Amino acid sequence: MKTQSERLGEIIEVSTTGFTAQCYELYELPPLGSLVKTTEGDIELYAVVYQATTEGLEPGRKPIARGKDEASEEAIFQSSPQLAKLLRSEFSALVVGHKDGDKILQYLPPRPARIHSFVHACMPGEIKAFSQAFGFLNILVNAELETPSDELIAAVLRLMSTMHEDSRAFLVGTGKELAALLGQDYAKLKAVLERIKP
Amino acid sequence: MNDDARLGMVVAGSLSEGVAVRLDAKASVEDVVVGRYVTIRGKSRRFLGMITDVKLDSSDQRMTFSPPDPSDTFSAEVLSGTSAYGLLTVTPYLVIGGDAKTVVEGPQPVKTIPSHFSPVGLSSDADIELVFGKEDDKHFYIGNPLDMETKLCLDLPEFVKRSNGIFGKSGTGKTFLTRILLIGMLQKSACVNLVFDMHSEYGWSGTTETKGHEVKGLKQLFSSQVAIFALDEETARRRKVSVDFIVKIGFDEIEPKDLVLLKETLNLSDIAVEASYRLYQHFHKDWVTDILKLSDEDSENLTKELNIPSMSLDNLRRGLSQIKRQGFMTERVDQKAVDQILGYLQRGTNVVLEFGRYTEITSYILVANLLTRRIYDRYRERTETALADGTAHPTPLVITIEEAHKFLNPEVSSQTIFGTIAREMRKYNCTLLVIDQRPSGIDTEVMSQLGTKITCLLDNERDIDSVLAGISGKNELKGVLAKLAAKQQALIFGHAVPMPVAFSPREYGSKESYKGFASHERSQKDVVQDIEELWR
Repeated sequence: MKTQSERLGEIIEVSTTGFTAQCYELYELPPLGSLVKTTEGDIELYAVVYQATTEGLEPGRKPIARGKDEASEEAIFQSSPQLAKLLRSEFSALVVGHKDGDKILQYLPPRPARIHSFVHACMPGEIKAFSQAFGFLNILVNAELETPSDELIAAVLRLMSTMHEDSRAFLVGTGKELAALLGQDYAKLKAVLERIKP
Repeated sequence: MNDDARLGMVVAGSLSEGVAVRLDAKASVEDVVVGRYVTIRGKSRRFLGMITDVKLDSSDQRMTFSPPDPSDTFSAEVLSGTSAYGLLTVTPYLVIGGDAKTVVEGPQPVKTIPSHFSPVGLSSDADIELVFGKEDDKHFYIGNPLDMETKLCLDLPEFVKRSNGIFGKSGTGKTFLTRILLIGMLQKSACVNLVFDMHSEYGWSGTTETKGHEVKGLKQLFSSQVAIFALDEETARRRKVSVDFIVKIGFDEIEPKDLVLLKETLNLSDIAVEASYRLYQHFHKDWVTDILKLSDEDSENLTKELNIPSMSLDNLRRGLSQIKRQGFMTERVDQKAVDQILGYLQRGTNVVLEFGRYTEITSYILVANLLTRRIYDRYRERTETALADGTAHPTPLVITIEEAHKFLNPEVSSQTIFGTIAREMRKYNCTLLVIDQRPSGIDTEVMSQLGTKITCLLDNERDIDSVLAGISGKNELKGVLAKLAAKQQALIFGHAVPMPVAFSPREYGSKESYKGFASHERSQKDVVQDIEELWR
């Protein structure tokens, strides 16, 4: 198990509710729904990854197909080594809480993170500590994102549940919290439950 | 309230329709039954109520259209208690604590409801005991509230102050319940009982319906306090009953008033009954014998003289001869049954009148009505004398009658003595214990005067309505009543209990149960013996 949390990238766009970070290496993206963290002064911000993209460096220029005469996909990068530098991978994360001193607070921090702040993956212990309370679910349920929220919630819970000894009990507990939040939207609730079913 | 007993919390409600309690996810709807008692902890006081309805609800209607897959235990676990939950309707009856009055006077009737989100749990034994009292020299243990260990006790001196009723379909345990209550009254209420025992079940041994084994009667358990009167000597002898008195009724004891009740069973016309009064005036005491002796010629003259249609006289004669044919009727008796019964009652001995083979309704109505009328008159006289002279009132008397709808139906209840007793209640220290399987046949006026009603299962809508008529929370109790088990469960409500309660009557019929009943008597005997030994 890693003791030092892995640095995933650097923030290039930020708002109160979330941020976008660019990865240092192409395709070195954190998985959908994983918990990441960054800092703003003394405060540690927690966010969940909801979107990842890989595109050309220049917004106006679309990548072109290059592999017609190559034997494999890897061969494309071998014959054009500059490609790795012309493309970039980015991910967006939704802020779901912060840590002020020792206290984990599952609501938005007073200030957003700063540009060029480093983004780290959270350690299993941190994920477990963070997921002791279910307040973050409310932020996930109410967020309006490109990713369907049922998919995102299910991904987050699946990942978090692996950090708990009794993952079923954790899923039942979060499921019940979701049932309260989605009382008026049974279809969405059912979709999430089907996706997190142990 | 400990966590085990917690059921849920109050989420809505009104005083008139009861409060809605949302079940906790932990509590299963299947463990909650109507009729059970719950305690609601409000902010400043505790409320005691009864579960009157259980319902499944969901936060989203769509759940009912596309429920989770049956094999999906995870979704079911998540959804139960959250989006799909149990909802109880609790009717609050009493409030405990809060102000000085309730502390001094005990639980009070509710005038408000608990606030939102008050926790609700099953009532503890202590709560029930606080409400119904402990077993002591006034309180008699009649059974246990449904699914509870607590003893449900009835304040018997209070119980016998009003006329009471025991109802239930045939075979639901009315007789057993009556036996238990009779024993209770015999021990703790300072009253005497007169039981018109139509099927000879109370005095000497009767049988249980299911096992067919014998259960002891009152006389066998409390021989010194009970006297058995028998109408039918032969049957009593065959059953080896120790009879104290054989009841015979003289023709001269019958009065026209006794015929009114028999109109239906003897097929008498109104005019024939009317004529009986005129004939009684004419012949006086021996009118029955005289009328039956009339020759054709005499009767023709008589009809002319008294202006009675001859058809009606014939009708009356047919009826009277039917009475005369009863085995317990004789020309004249030396010892009147009424005097004997009154003698026993005055000495504080309870009287059970067994009908033996005379189980047809004519004999029952005739004898019960005839005796009761005279006993009631005597009681009335004695009470009035007592009032005037300031002397002791006669011992309160409870008269037990079966098939009560024959005596108390709307057509005859205003004319019979039983209607009068039910209405005038305890003015003359005389009340009724009415046992019936068709309460809808009883006059509503009489029903409304019954103080405490105990009812076993009833399934006829009209019977249920008539039993519950006029009590608050009728609709809620209806649900409880209709869901009682077919045997050995009953609902008691009214004057003698602070709130309605569904209960299973205590055991009657086993050796242990007899010991339980006898304990009181024995302890008294022991005391007397101890005193005697002390002074020897």
